[in-house]
Amino acid sequence: MSQWTNSVTIQRWTPSSRYAIVFAGLVLVLLALAPLFASNGLLDRLTALFIYVILAAMWNALAGYGGLISVGQQAFFGLGAYFTIRIADLGLDPFISVALAALIVGVISYPISLVMLRLKGGEFAIGMWVVASILHLMVNLDGLIQGETGISLVSLNHYDSAQRLTIIYLLTLGSMAGLLALLFFVLRSKTGSAIQAIRDNEEAATSVGVKPEKTKQLLFVIAAFGIGVAGALWLTSATTFLPKTYFSVQWSAYMIFMVLVGGIGKFEGAILGAIIFFLVETWFSSTGVWYLVSLGAIAIAFSLFLPKGIWGELERRFNWHFLPVGYQVVEKNKINTDKK
Amino acid sequence: MTHAVSNGLLASDLVKNFGSVSVLKNINFSMNADEAVGIVGPNGAGKTTLLSALAGAFQLDQGSILLNNQDVTEKCASARCNLGVVRTHQIPKPFDGMTVFENVLVAASYGVDADKQTAYQHTLNAIQLSGMEHVANRQAESLGLLDRKRLELARALATQPKILLLDEIAGGLTEAESVQLVDTIKELRRQGIGIIWIEHIVHVLLQVAERLICMDSGEIIADGEPQAVLSNPQVVKAYLGGGIE
Ligand SMILES: Nc1ncnc2c1ncn2[C@@H]1O[C@H](COP(=O)(O)OP(=O)(O)OP(=O)(O)O)[C@@H](O)[C@H]1O
Ligand SMILES: [Mg+2]
Repeated sequence: MSQWTNSVTIQRWTPSSRYAIVFAGLVLVLLALAPLFASNGLLDRLTALFIYVILAAMWNALAGYGGLISVGQQAFFGLGAYFTIRIADLGLDPFISVALAALIVGVISYPISLVMLRLKGGEFAIGMWVVASILHLMVNLDGLIQGETGISLVSLNHYDSAQRLTIIYLLTLGSMAGLLALLFFVLRSKTGSAIQAIRDNEEAATSVGVKPEKTKQLLFVIAAFGIGVAGALWLTSATTFLPKTYFSVQWSAYMIFMVLVGGIGKFEGAILGAIIFFLVETWFSSTGVWYLVSLGAIAIAFSLFLPKGIWGELERRFNWHFLPVGYQVVEKNKINTDKK
Repeated sequence: MTHAVSNGLLASDLVKNFGSVSVLKNINFSMNADEAVGIVGPNGAGKTTLLSALAGAFQLDQGSILLNNQDVTEKCASARCNLGVVRTHQIPKPFDGMTVFENVLVAASYGVDADKQTAYQHTLNAIQLSGMEHVANRQAESLGLLDRKRLELARALATQPKILLLDEIAGGLTEAESVQLVDTIKELRRQGIGIIWIEHIVHVLLQVAERLICMDSGEIIADGEPQAVLSNPQVVKAYLGGGIE
């Protein structure tokens, strides 16, 4: 009776994941040192990349792990930027405004989650778009914003431009690292397995003791907060707040692209997807409308022919598990192999 | 057979309608926490619906359910699981994107208060009891129907139930496999776990059930000692054409 249970053990890290974490640490250190040697142009581009990584990771957590597909996450991107403007207008430092704005977005997302999480599937997805549109209209009502004319985060001028660029770069890098760590921690925890169970079958999850409402609310708020951080940081780097660009559904399209191409439901996939999107944008965005059309076509092609994305394919072929959130049962005498 | 049970389930006047269809019509049912009750009845009799009602899968239109004298009528399935009542699903509902181990671990982590190591132990035990050791790391979506059913059982067991509600878990098993299943259930009985088991394969069911209930058209038409229930004229009539083994 007890032989098998005693002969196996539960493994969470694999040798390759240990190397991957060390490698990721080294990359972060290198990126943190980049202001010492990189050009301003490069720092500015990398800042954009880090924001894409945040967006992709958050959308992936929500849709890939939680099954909550939303085309309205630009709501929180826009709010993050908007509250930064609002708070900075009170005379606070722009970077402190960023932090406070993100917190406010997190707080506001909670009551929104209470209403929106009652909707399922497509209704939730489209409902979130409606939420984004309503919030966009409400922000437009604020006289400070001057409608679609927009407003600049003028207090950034207190910093000289080189210093400003470095601060924004490092702040974005730190936010990305912190948010990825937060997501990794949550998805790897007990809550993370409940999130996935709810995604796969809410009724079955409930029948074994999971409380779906609380779990989904937590995920929703984390994703809103993260995207709020991204919106606020985007504002510091772009300096101008134009409601229609921040609340644009285009952001959802980008997030979907990054996650589908990289690998939905794969922690590494979202990061890979953001890097691919960044490269595609760098090389092809000047082609205008065709650029957007191609993005859409590529995303659809991936969901049809490579539903687990590029990372899913790599994982399958080479059995790579760099940042595993799951569990492996291994025989005690075979510990430390990467094999399934 | 409704009598006050200080330790067990007591369901009174359960009514459930789906639209205009009355699926449970004033069901009265009770069991002691250490009983093994079999439920039979023709297709569409309302057996699964009764099990769902006991497990808290939906709101009743009428009636009340007491568990160990505590009113749980308003409690959701998740809360009832925490109180020790857990069910399997006739049509398996695996967490497709997770491995077998992860599926069962969710139940071990949320069904009962347990620290991480204890949850791992409960998970491994449940997997072994259900005979799924060889597929522990398999993604649930790749499992065949039999393993999906075993997974239902494993997940339920991992919650350390006091009363286990089983819905047709023996269908499709070979003779050897059903012997094994009966052994497993008997082992649970020895641990003092109460069981309600819906099963069409009556000869398997009768190896465990000390009491048999027959449902037809949303009503309990017979309830008592298994052989007496099977020879009850109403039961024979309900199965006319359908045939009970
Ligand atoms: N969610 C639902 N919506 C509408 N009707 C339902 C629903 N669930 C069950 N029914 C109906 O209720 C009746 C009883 O169903 P139930 O599944 O409880 O029967 P059962 O006794 O378990 O049958 P079987 O032996 O086929 O599993 C059936 O007529 C079924 O079609
Ligand atoms: Mg049924």
